Amino acid sequence: MIDPQWIGHCLPPAELVIDRARLRFFAKAIGETDPVYTDVAAARAAGYPDLPAPPTFLFAAELDSGAIDRLLTDVGIPVEKLLHGEQGFTWYRPLCAGDTATVRSTITDVYARKGGALEFVVKTSDVTNQMGERVAELRSVLVCHHGQPQPPSPTQGAT
Amino acid sequence: MNPLDLSEVQVGQELPALQLPPVSRHTLALFAGASGDHNPIHIDLDFARRAGRPDVFAHGMLGMAWLGRLLTGWVPQHRLRRLDVRFQGITHLGNAMHCTGRVVGFQDQDGERCARVELRSADQHGQTKIVGEAWIACP
Repeated sequence: MIDPQWIGHCLPPAELVIDRARLRFFAKAIGETDPVYTDVAAARAAGYPDLPAPPTFLFAAELDSGAIDRLLTDVGIPVEKLLHGEQGFTWYRPLCAGDTATVRSTITDVYARKGGALEFVVKTSDVTNQMGERVAELRSVLVCHHGQPQPPSPTQGAT
Repeated sequence: MNPLDLSEVQVGQELPALQLPPVSRHTLALFAGASGDHNPIHIDLDFARRAGRPDVFAHGMLGMAWLGRLLTGWVPQHRLRRLDVRFQGITHLGNAMHCTGRVVGFQDQDGERCARVELRSADQHGQTKIVGEAWIACP
């Protein structure tokens, strides 16, 4: 049972230095072939100062920093029981190679469903760049599923 | 960049669909490295079996990244304001995802006119894996 006292807990800030090599690797991994995401000249022609980070790239920050692993350990979710229930992004300004993003997250809810068979942790994150400008907000619903893996259901989620 | 004239976006309009190749172990290995999500459930068959799974399966964020591609293939990324998704089912090896979107309405957000786009990602059998909504600025 995940302790509701985790509500209000702040994760350690996660700093993500955005670099071209990582962005090109990410583009390859998701099959992105638009040159805006891999070719600096194309990015500049499209109005970006450098390669833009694709929409969902920021999720990497707290994976790289270890903040997610630590959170899972702290609240008691084994990785094999982890599912991703929901994910949201709101963007305020582009983030490009050469920028540094800082992600600051807070646990905003903890609850259970189906008699405790599913437990949920909601995390919201504010993201700023090296100028202190607001770049994005993230919202994640992490799910801990107990017992045997179930077939997908509309309330369950995946990953 | 897509030459789409955003002033002509209409309710009911369908986005050009995005068809992905079948998910392979190679896909998942690349995404683990590039995304920073090293959870072995996605890349280590032995670990997945010990956890009671028949095999490894795709990262939810890979499916969400594909929905991001659907959107940025339609409009320049700087027009994206929001993307919210709910993961409804596990994407398995061999699943060839089909990403679709449809404009369902408009709303003003912070003084900006935004199109609301309903999104869906389904496998080759038509089973929905991700649903979501995006807001696109349409000045």
